[in-house]
Parts: sequence; structure tokens; C-alpha cells
Amino acid sequence: MKQQRFEEQHGPTWARIEASLEKPGAGDNSKVLAEHYLLLCQHLAIAQERLYDAALIERLNSLVLRVYRELYRYRSETRFNLFAFFVRDFPLAIYRHRYYILVSFLVFVLPGLIAGAWIFFDEDAVYAVMDSSQVRGLERMYDPGAEKFGRERQADTDIYMFGFYIKNNIGIAFRCFAGGMLIGIGSLLVLFFNGLFIGSVAGHLTRLDYVDTFYPFVIGHGSFELTAIVFSGAAGLRLGYAILSPGSYTRLDSLRRAGREVVPMIYGIFLMLVIAAFIEAFWSSSASLSITVKYTVGSLLWVLVLWYSFSGRRHESR
Amino acid sequence: LLDTRYRVEIPGGIELEALVVGPIPRCFAFAIDIVLRQMVIIGLVIVSIPFDFFGVGGGLYLLLTFLIEWFYPVAFEVLWRGQTPGKKTLGISVINDDLTPVTLGPSLVRNLLRVVDFLPLFYLTGLVTMVMNPRFQRLGDIAAGTLVISVRESARPAAVENIEPLAPSTSLLRNEQTSIIDFLHRSRQLSEPRQRELAAILEGVTHGKDDDGVQRLHRIGAWFLGVR
Repeated sequence: MKQQRFEEQHGPTWARIEASLEKPGAGDNSKVLAEHYLLLCQHLAIAQERLYDAALIERLNSLVLRVYRELYRYRSETRFNLFAFFVRDFPLAIYRHRYYILVSFLVFVLPGLIAGAWIFFDEDAVYAVMDSSQVRGLERMYDPGAEKFGRERQADTDIYMFGFYIKNNIGIAFRCFAGGMLIGIGSLLVLFFNGLFIGSVAGHLTRLDYVDTFYPFVIGHGSFELTAIVFSGAAGLRLGYAILSPGSYTRLDSLRRAGREVVPMIYGIFLMLVIAAFIEAFWSSSASLSITVKYTVGSLLWVLVLWYSFSGRRHESR
Repeated sequence: LLDTRYRVEIPGGIELEALVVGPIPRCFAFAIDIVLRQMVIIGLVIVSIPFDFFGVGGGLYLLLTFLIEWFYPVAFEVLWRGQTPGKKTLGISVINDDLTPVTLGPSLVRNLLRVVDFLPLFYLTGLVTMVMNPRFQRLGDIAAGTLVISVRESARPAAVENIEPLAPSTSLLRNEQTSIIDFLHRSRQLSEPRQRELAAILEGVTHGKDDDGVQRLHRIGAWFLGVR
């Protein structure tokens, strides 16, 4: 069949399909879409096989592409299933990242412990990590005489602090993850310095005996926040390791695989940090709650988070 | 080979083609998005000042700037067929590398890794990887398995009218016939000297010189196209 006959025969059909794609809600009728898709695929195959000219093939190609994109917009598995995510996907992702999490944990905690212990015993060591104005600000914040405790008392309301914690903490976690693309070094640096800083703060305040204001404040949200930071470091390290050691894949394919696998970790980290910011702004900073209540609830949250983090293994064996 | 075509075999049993888009249109799209984002943020500042800035107003301001900073592209790409307003203006779109629409996970990965593509400043890393990659992917695109393609419709060829078909004197192969049809369809984009130059190659087929040769080649094209 000559090209012009072919175009005359099917042109009206193509025009109709094109027109139907312009209408809003065009992708909703998947049965019609599927029919159009099969028909167009056949026409494109014929046009390619008979070596019709480039313009016609291009037109059919772009039409198939449009229908194809409409058709696959409605894949059911791409809908986010929150329940399955909490019960299975996130714990399983944590389990599969366990070695990365171990490394991330060590790089985060060891510098903190060492710096904390050093500062606890050596009065001047804290100035190696922070300058004197930071130290004074810290001491003022956790002074046992204050009504509300928090990082900076610039805020009057808890909602402001909620916004601040969201922006600040989730920003750090996202950067920690993204730093993994620098063959993991970015993630390691973020983990190391945050661990160092947090350990130093704890060591300094413990030495000053501000124990009753500092620890009840941090224990509640610390469960979610610190764990999420370790997870984000682990997700970043996963990317970095995929680049460093691609195994039997090409480096690009290896990175692409890793990129798909860390997605549940990112969802989880985000949700954990939202919870942490909520606790930090509305619970931890409250001065009306007794220390006993804060310690009890905080410990329970730690148990919950740790139990949850270790619960993924049973989903692995099928 | 300098070719921006990207081919994928899709479940229809055919190979689909898409044109990947290079750094320049993507930069323009990004610039448009940046301006839009800053305008929204400035609007937020103006709105939140009458409220107590260190109270509820400020809290919402921080929350919304956080969302705009990290999730502006994600929201648009997932909900608006892979297009932020800037990309829509430029006629480009983000798509998974199997040419299915981009979903939440890949979009999130490519946009979170934007931070690294930005390093050390002004997207230098992203630019370098984009130029080194045959599919123009920046680091975030590679990790997410996404591409940026052109979704702008190309111009239709001019309708073939008033051309009397002419049967060629020799038989030609199919791909040779296609080339002659292409020549006919593209005749408006080619300058006349260039057309004469091309037609001169086929003097053995057309048996005509200069403009006559071009004319005859057009008529042969019409004949192969099926004009009767």
C-alpha cells in the first residue's frame, strides 16, 4: 500500500485520537486508551516496516508516546499504600540497609561519645568544637531556671519552632542523603560533624550538671530524630557504595538500582523527622510536664523506634 | 554520533523514540521556576509579617518555604505530567527511562540529589555530568532513572498538492524511495541552491538538470507517495 492511501485510510482515526487526548480527563477511560494504544502500535509498526517517510513515522511515534504515557499514568502499584509501607516496606528497607546503617551509626555515634567524654573531663575542650558565644547560648538555653527549654529561645510559640525544626532537621537529613553521591563522603562528613556537635553539647551540659533540663528535653524526640539521621546517612552510603563498587553492573546501572532501592528509606526518614519535629515543638519543650513523665515517655518511644527498626527481617524470607 | 534520539522497546512490541533535551532549555526552564518560587516566597513574607513573625505566621512561613524549597519540582512532576511551570513553557517533560510517566519515588530522588548537582556552585556538577552523558542526565537523573524529553509537536510536512506524479525510469529500493519522499516533504525547509545540489546527485534517475531536476524529483516523490 502506498503511503498516501495509508494516510487517507487512517488519518481520520488518528485525528480523532489526537482530539480525544486534548479533552480533560482523557486518561480516565483506560479501555478506550488501551484500544487506541494497540491500534496505534500496529500502525506505527506497519509504517516502520514499509519504510514510510520520516514525517509520518514521527507523527505516529509521538502519538503512541502520548497514549502510552496516559495509559501508564494509572498503574495501581504506584499509588502509595501507607499501611503496607508502615508494616512491611519501611522495616524491610531498613533490614536491607543494615550494614550501611551500622557504618552510619558508628560514624555518627563514636565521634560524639569521644568528644562528649573528653569535654566532660576537660573544661576547656568544648571551645575546640564551638566558639564562646555558642557555648554561652547553650548554657542559657538549658539553664534550670528557664520556663521553656529549646534550642533557641527566640520563639514565642511552639508552632514557630515546629516550622523551624521541620525546615532545619529535614534539610540536614536530605543533604546527608544527597552527600552520598560524592562516593559517600558527603554523608560521612554530615554524620561525623553532627555526631561530634551533639556529643559535645551533651558532654558540656553534663559537666555543668544541667542534666535535669537537657536530657528530659532531648530524650523524647531524640528517638525519632537521631535514628532518622543515621538512616539518611545509610541511604546516602548506599548510593556512594553503588558508585564505588558496582559489582557485575555498569556504574550507571548500579547507581540507578540503588536509587530505586533507597526510595522507601527516604519516605520513612521524612515521616520520622516530621514526628520528631512535632514531639520536639509541642512535647519536649513543655516545662509543665514532670521529668519523670518525660523520661518514661521518652524511653517508651526509644523502645518503640528500636523495636520497629529491627522488625524488618521477617519480611525478607518468603 | 551526535543524536538526541532515545529508543526504548515498549510492551506494544515496537520501538518508541523520544528526543532527550540538553542543558540549555533545561536551564531556561529552571530559571523560570526559580523566579516563580521566589515570587511565591516573597508573597509569603508579606502575608506572614502582619501575623506575629515569631509566632504562627512565622511557623507557617518556615514550613511553606521548606516545602517549596524541596518539594516544588516533585509536586509538579508527579501531578502535572512531569512538568513544572518552567518545563511546560519550554515544552519539555521529565519521564522515567522506560518512557512511562515519572512517579513519586524517582521524582523525589532526582530532586533531592539536586543539592549535589548544584555543587560546587551554579549546577556545575550537573552540567558536567549532563554533557558527558549521551542522554543528558544529571547525577540526580542517573540515580533516579529519569530523562528530560521534548514533548513539543514537530511541524507537519506541507500537504502535497498540485504535483503531477512521474514514474521513475529505473526501479529503486524502498529506502531510496523513502529518501525521495523525505526530500519532497522537506523541500520547504531546504534552500533552492541546496535542493539543486541534492537533485544533481540523482541526475541519472531524474534525467533533468537544475530546476528541472528538482521538479522531476518532487514528481517522482509524489509518485512513490501514491499520488495518482
